[in-house]
Amino acid sequence: MTDSILPKLATFVATEILKQDDRELAPDEPLISGGLIDSFHLVDLALFVEEEFGVRIEDFELNADTFDTLAQLAALIEERRG
Amino acid sequence: MKNFSTVLKQAYDDNPDKTSIVLLERDVDDRVVTYGDLIREAAGYARALEQAGIEPGELVIQIQQHGMDLVSAFYGAILRGAIPSILPFLTEKLSPEIYRRSLMALIKVSRPAAIITYPEFKSEVDKALEEGNSVRAVLLENEISRDPHPDWSLLRGLERDPSEIVLLQHSSGTTGLQKGVALSHEAIFNQLENYARAIDLTAEDVIVSWLPLYHDMGLIAGFILPILRQIPLVMMSPFDWVRAPYRLMQAITKYQGTLAWLPNFAYNFCAQKIRDRHLEGADLSSWRAVINCSEPIYASSHQMFLERFKEYGFRPEALASSYAMAENVFAVTQGGIHEPLKMDVIDKQAFQEQKIARPATGSEETLTMVSSGVPIHNTEIRIFDEERRELQDRQLGEIALRSDCMLTGYYNRPDVTAEAFHGEWYLTGDLGYRVGDELYVSGRKKDLIIVGGKNIYPQDIEALAGEVQGVHPGRVVSFGVYSEQVGSEEVVVIAESDEEDPEERKRIANQIRQSVTKGSDIALRYVEVVDRDWLIKTSSGKIARSANRGKYQSVFRGEDV
Repeated sequence: MTDSILPKLATFVATEILKQDDRELAPDEPLISGGLIDSFHLVDLALFVEEEFGVRIEDFELNADTFDTLAQLAALIEERRG
Repeated sequence: MKNFSTVLKQAYDDNPDKTSIVLLERDVDDRVVTYGDLIREAAGYARALEQAGIEPGELVIQIQQHGMDLVSAFYGAILRGAIPSILPFLTEKLSPEIYRRSLMALIKVSRPAAIITYPEFKSEVDKALEEGNSVRAVLLENEISRDPHPDWSLLRGLERDPSEIVLLQHSSGTTGLQKGVALSHEAIFNQLENYARAIDLTAEDVIVSWLPLYHDMGLIAGFILPILRQIPLVMMSPFDWVRAPYRLMQAITKYQGTLAWLPNFAYNFCAQKIRDRHLEGADLSSWRAVINCSEPIYASSHQMFLERFKEYGFRPEALASSYAMAENVFAVTQGGIHEPLKMDVIDKQAFQEQKIARPATGSEETLTMVSSGVPIHNTEIRIFDEERRELQDRQLGEIALRSDCMLTGYYNRPDVTAEAFHGEWYLTGDLGYRVGDELYVSGRKKDLIIVGGKNIYPQDIEALAGEVQGVHPGRVVSFGVYSEQVGSEEVVVIAESDEEDPEERKRIANQIRQSVTKGSDIALRYVEVVDRDWLIKTSSGKIARSANRGKYQSVFRGEDV
């Protein structure tokens, strides 16, 4: 399952947030603490996850403690999809 | 005599049970803070500063997260008679080394006697304290308790002369932190008086703010104005707002907010990123003014906001604007309160080529300018040309101002202060034109970049990019490009390199992104690595930022500029 979530997340982050279509993101690359996703784009990510996967990420969860990498975010999505 | 402390004492004596602040925090009930609470909390900080040997007139730096302790420490320093200055705290993405470097530079110039911070940050502060530095005490929030019975005879803030400095405001970055704007009690009171008239402030108003307190808009409009004039303040943290912008609308609804100040990008942000389900039951009809301030104003952002929120009772006549800066305490002009916000549709070519704002007549390409309003009371504006001669209506030039609420000076920087004035006129570095009393602001004369209301110095960004291996030394330029979608500027870096391999260039570009993102307040997206001699230089050999912006826009974005 995570296999199909990861590439979708990676594409969204690269094209919509980083604005670099060809940017390859490693599953364990730190996104928030690494400064790739700044605070202004956290909501975009939450909106995308909700629309695409039907999973809610609450606003108080939008920090590096909840997820900091694509792999962690994918795991979170999978867990909540049940 | 009237100073900050006498005004606070008056509120404490007359209205101890009146609500001063409603603090909105996550996962807890809204916290009501009365004037009595505020003074007791603040007096605890005043006592702690006294016990630490901090004297009236000395500088106290605050590095604290948004919340009650930040508020209490600020007014505690005031009650002690000391001079508080609130700095941004270290965020998740910012490199601790870079933050430390900026803090050390600030300590060297401003020579604070004390730093107040939170326990988790103490070790960072300690690392910034070099041998022989001015800091005699580092106070931690958790070690300070409220003073249940403030003894006013010990609170020496009451003795401060109105002409003395009450606080400093710093802008961010290595450059900004070395230039603290020093403001007197008197200047701030004059501003509050002038501005209250400009916005028809009454006891019925409720101010709602999510703005950071290290910036003039948040500090003055969203903090000092309501508290000193006893207008209820509903306050939330910028950290929470950016993750949950709907909280602003919920706060307006719940507390029947009447006034809020927003930077232009926030109009886009709210319009685009709030889900419908978070607006259920929202009622924004109490909002009498939403004041666009601190970055260039765009009609498209107002339109977007209006379209999104009109069904929730937001009224078009609530759209307002202001032109403001820390050097004038806060507002210089105000528009949209007594009459609808004015707009000026002008001929784009005449504006760009002849620097004349000629009203559009027909088929030519146009620009829609939004007025920043008219000067507030006791404030005069002039538009100067390069030779500092006064320009006429509709001629574009540098905005200069004179008022009864100007800065005392840049703290410990008489050199920078002297450069900023032409006689008694303060030179803002902003470009604009007038039509009658109405002021239209078009951009910056200096190369400052404004991102999401924050001032970013391109030289700081260029220095960070220049540290990356493979970048030709000194051959980097940074500037801002307006994004209509975001409603603010986005930062671009162009760096020359001798490296020709495309993969290598990609690596260099990514390292520049990382270096700038970790070392500054912005997240850098747009980087181009180019050949030697791509960048345009001035006749004196300096890299010309605006010429290179034009070249970037036409080469990389195919725009006609």
